[in-house]
Amino acid sequence: MLKFKTRTSAFSFNSLDMRSSFQLLLIILFLAISPKSQAQEKALAPENDLCLKCHTHQTFTFHNNLTKKEDKRMMNPLYILDKNHFATGVHAKFKCTDCHSADYTTYPHNAELKLEPLSTCLDCHGGDAKYAAYQFEKIDEEFQKSVHFQKSGESFTCSKCHNQHYYQAKSRTSSEVGDIVSFSNDMCMSCHSNNTKFQLINDTLKPALATIHEWLPNQELHFKKVRCIECHTQVVDSLSVSHNILPKEKALKNCVECHSKNSMLEASLYKYKNIQSRSEQGKLNSIISNKSYVIGAYQNVWLNNLSILIFVLTMIGICIHLIARIIKK
Amino acid sequence: MSENKIYLYPVWVRIWHGLNALCILTLIITGINLQFSNPGFELINFNLAINLHNIAGILLSVNYLFFFFGNILSSNNKYYRLKMKGLFKKMTVQADYYTSGMFKDEPHPFPISEKRKFNPMQKVMYVVVMYIFVPGVIITGLALLFPETIIQEVYTVSGIFITAVFHASLGFLISIFLIDHLYVCTIGKHPLKNFKSMINGYHDLSEH
Repeated sequence: MLKFKTRTSAFSFNSLDMRSSFQLLLIILFLAISPKSQAQEKALAPENDLCLKCHTHQTFTFHNNLTKKEDKRMMNPLYILDKNHFATGVHAKFKCTDCHSADYTTYPHNAELKLEPLSTCLDCHGGDAKYAAYQFEKIDEEFQKSVHFQKSGESFTCSKCHNQHYYQAKSRTSSEVGDIVSFSNDMCMSCHSNNTKFQLINDTLKPALATIHEWLPNQELHFKKVRCIECHTQVVDSLSVSHNILPKEKALKNCVECHSKNSMLEASLYKYKNIQSRSEQGKLNSIISNKSYVIGAYQNVWLNNLSILIFVLTMIGICIHLIARIIKK
Repeated sequence: MSENKIYLYPVWVRIWHGLNALCILTLIITGINLQFSNPGFELINFNLAINLHNIAGILLSVNYLFFFFGNILSSNNKYYRLKMKGLFKKMTVQADYYTSGMFKDEPHPFPISEKRKFNPMQKVMYVVVMYIFVPGVIITGLALLFPETIIQEVYTVSGIFITAVFHASLGFLISIFLIDHLYVCTIGKHPLKNFKSMINGYHDLSEH
């Protein structure tokens, strides 16, 4: 049995009593007969079941030794996981204790565990040949130049953007540019359109994005079709996704960088050549199925040549007619 | 006024035509600027070109309504009514005049009168431009102005992509029409006569 004091009262916790166990048993039985849940259970490590019993719910129950009653309390929202979402992430098969202390397997948790530093991403991903293609060290190097690191230092961890529980390597696995865009922008928006999260590392209110970007024509369409990082990072060719987030003064504000034949987007958003190979549509279909249109960047050679031909023939016709008129005069 | 002159272009037609010309020219110049934008070569700043293109496009759309309803409510619509019977033959006669007859001082096969403002070739061209190309470019343009209204995907092709290609193609065809239109207007005894007519409203019959 563990004891700790809060500011207002002292509680002693007991392990889950019989009634709670019965409720859990019912939940487990219900989950076991649901086919969807069966699939979920398969995807997640079975060792996590105990943790997720509490950490997927808004409340948790414990036996209050002081009042001798069952107490129901709210779970800290930051500690609640979405089980379905977790099952889709790259770490779905991980045990909770792969990253969190093994001591968390005892309940109630020892309060001092919170003081232990968590494993960082580079603890696993750094220097590992299996992840060489991802260039985690290079990413870290670029990230350290970014405005996030420059302003917040070590407290701005990878997980501020890349939620370890749900993260998907979309830019490498998705065949849809739109999918890559929304996944990437959701990362930025999780703080930049949410004051609660924004203020975890900043004392000010989040900037009003719609007002700041008022100069941008078709703002909504831009937000939907391109990633924030297209304009807000320094593109590094060797990296799949640029991690050097620039200070706002250095953000790109020149339309023709993207809206031109040699569009910058070719070097960033559309550089995922594997998107086409993944889409399994064949070469012809990949030409026809143009799912994006960027004014200036899209220049169909056939249409360009046809329009030049029509223009030249028109001008030749007019010139011949004009010369004939002049001669006749 | 001289008896040889007829009042062919009422004030509302001239106002519409002048505004239409201004809008179309702005749209073509800014449109080319947007379609072929390049960091090293910008006739007009991209953002300014977008704004000018949008403003001119909206003005053109409103002005088109002025033309459309003006034509319904006034007698001007009679010049745009196509009679399909014998149309191709009449067009061939007019084409013969442009390519050979006019150089042999043959009389104009379809001289301008109060009943006939356009020759058969002009009539077909104006009907196609004013009732197919311009509405087409307006509809696709307004759709691009409010892209959320466009169907996301038609089979596997982006709806915006199809709309934009149609918009640019129609814009190009209107540009070609404008070049032809301006050139054909110079045909006559004096190259600027027709341009003057579009300002003062009177057509000089002694031309023919």
